[in-house]
Amino acid sequence: MRRHLVLRGGGASVRVELRPLLVTTVLAVSALVLTVATVALGEYRVAPGEVLASLLGAGHGATDFIVLDLRLPRALCALLAGAALGLAGGLFQQVTRNALVSPDIVGVASGASLAAVALIVLGSTTGPVAIPLAALGGALVSGVALYALAWRGGIDGYRIVLVGIGLNALLQAGTSYVLTQGRIFEVSEAYVWLVGTVNARGWEHVLPLAFALAVLAPTALVLARRLDALGLGDDVARGLGVGIERTRLGLLAVAVALTGVAVSAVGPVGFVAFLAPHLARRLTRTASSQALLPAAAGCGAVLVLVSDLAGRLLFAPTEVPVGLLTSIVAAPYFLLLLRRANRIGVAG
Amino acid sequence: MSTVSLAAARPAPLARVGGRATGLLAATGLLGIVCLASLAVGSKAVPLRDVLDAFFAYDAGSDAHAIVRDLRVPRTVLGVLVGGGLGAAGALMQGVTRNPLAEPGILGVNAGAALAVVLAIQFAGASSIVVYAAVALVGAAGASVLVFALGGTARSGPTPVRLALAGAVLTTLLTSLTSAVLVFDASTLDEFRFWAVGSLAGRDPQVVLSVLPFIGSGLVIAFSCARSLDALALGDDVARGLGHDVARARLIAGAGFVLLAGGAVAAAGPIAFVGLAVPHLARAAVGPDHRWVIPYSVVLGAAMLLASDVVGRVIARPAEVQAGVVAAVVGVPVFLWIVRRGRTVGL
Repeated sequence: MRRHLVLRGGGASVRVELRPLLVTTVLAVSALVLTVATVALGEYRVAPGEVLASLLGAGHGATDFIVLDLRLPRALCALLAGAALGLAGGLFQQVTRNALVSPDIVGVASGASLAAVALIVLGSTTGPVAIPLAALGGALVSGVALYALAWRGGIDGYRIVLVGIGLNALLQAGTSYVLTQGRIFEVSEAYVWLVGTVNARGWEHVLPLAFALAVLAPTALVLARRLDALGLGDDVARGLGVGIERTRLGLLAVAVALTGVAVSAVGPVGFVAFLAPHLARRLTRTASSQALLPAAAGCGAVLVLVSDLAGRLLFAPTEVPVGLLTSIVAAPYFLLLLRRANRIGVAG
Repeated sequence: MSTVSLAAARPAPLARVGGRATGLLAATGLLGIVCLASLAVGSKAVPLRDVLDAFFAYDAGSDAHAIVRDLRVPRTVLGVLVGGGLGAAGALMQGVTRNPLAEPGILGVNAGAALAVVLAIQFAGASSIVVYAAVALVGAAGASVLVFALGGTARSGPTPVRLALAGAVLTTLLTSLTSAVLVFDASTLDEFRFWAVGSLAGRDPQVVLSVLPFIGSGLVIAFSCARSLDALALGDDVARGLGHDVARARLIAGAGFVLLAGGAVAAAGPIAFVGLAVPHLARAAVGPDHRWVIPYSVVLGAAMLLASDVVGRVIARPAEVQAGVVAAVVGVPVFLWIVRRGRTVGL
């Protein structure tokens, strides 16, 4: 079987690995189907035809309200936040070359959590705008702190991981402490936010996410080409003419920004950023970041959409927050993969 | 695992044997001073003379003597046990997985303990530290057995990457189950949030006695593992060539780790940072030789946790700040300073 597709034209050619292309296409289609399913299914069912009619502006009042104002923003939030988290996780793991790294581990998500939880528990204004802004600010500040503290004439993958886990420990201890300080009513509210949910998300959450992804995702893919050169070692990369530090800074900045916008929209939904790149790696079997990252984004989106759908349908009328289900849905699958790898003796 | 090994920029400052032994002695002296402070400092300050009298000239009618012997001695012993256990557990796991992220939470130990505690609060109405300790130990052991079963069934025995991945995945799974209870039940969350910060306060002497055998035997295993960890650091093939049974060495180290980390989380709740940072500090001081890293980790871990506990008793009087919080607030800047100075020794 051919493993590559070579596109030629105008004196230039692009070589595309077939398997990752196929996997990414399947993931994208699944994500779209799941998005439509999220809009159609629920306590009040909407037929797929009516969903389409509403989307095209030919629906009725009540259906339009359910489709356009309630379910579509929620579905898009899950789709976009999942994709952003998957992509961010992939970037962190590829840049640090450590399979255990994700934005949850190097303190970026914890920065968002501490800021939001402190606002909910100790602050007096908890509006629908203040909390996402606090979360975004927390993520960006801890991302800048991570980079500044890890910088020492350059960024080294090993050092940034160590600095990140230190930062993370500090921020998490802060969050635990804040949770012991408030009254249980606010603490409960903060705890639900910490789990992560797409419940009651509107267009005001979707638009910033969509805008950020439209800018950040292409940037990530362009930079990913150079990431593959970095994988050959710093000296080889330098020889190939890659500006190493600028590339790393760019990739990390994109990863932090993606995490920030995702967390500010849906809360620090755990596990997606860590798991999506692993799933993508096992599905695509590719060594190239450029081929891996789109699949990681797809895995993230599918994971969050499936979890949200399960949380809404399985326990109706109770809605289970999506952050509780991402790991419950995906962990058994991942452990199964791990066991199969064990049996046939393939390295982790 | 593609962890990049970064050789120390300079040789470790205590590279010679004499230097290492002196350093260990100095660290032990520091621990002694912290222990005395832990006996003297608190909501009621006890002068050092009375602290010594409480041992050598006990007066049954003295409040100060009673405080020292009945409250502060158990708390201090617990701090030394838990801190030392966490330090050794971190050193073992970082050695076995050769990953700088390895810490006492990594094999699902803390997550298993947390789930067990939450279930005990929710379904059995548990509210005493002694009960928490017992169920936490069961949860911790159950989780780590599961991790070894999932990550270590290959013919070659458990490899570091598989163990770490299985541990990380199981941790998030168990944490989600824990959250699932807490999201829907504010009263259980109200109990749990105080356990979850990690603290030495209010522990019964019975708690100390019941975790002592676990942490004690864990420490014995940790010290006996040093040579095989040094061999594992050279890579599996070289270790085999030197006559080590790689799979067996990992299993023994893993068992020691579970005893240490399980005992610690049972006694004090999840304290993350001590077990993570202390082995890095130890390697920064003495280099990668586990025969030195493990004892240093034990002594430094005990000193760090106990010092954090003492600081937490005084900085927010009349309230106390939990040792787990102080350890992170005080320890992280020190840790970052060492990382930035390039003193960390790769695994």
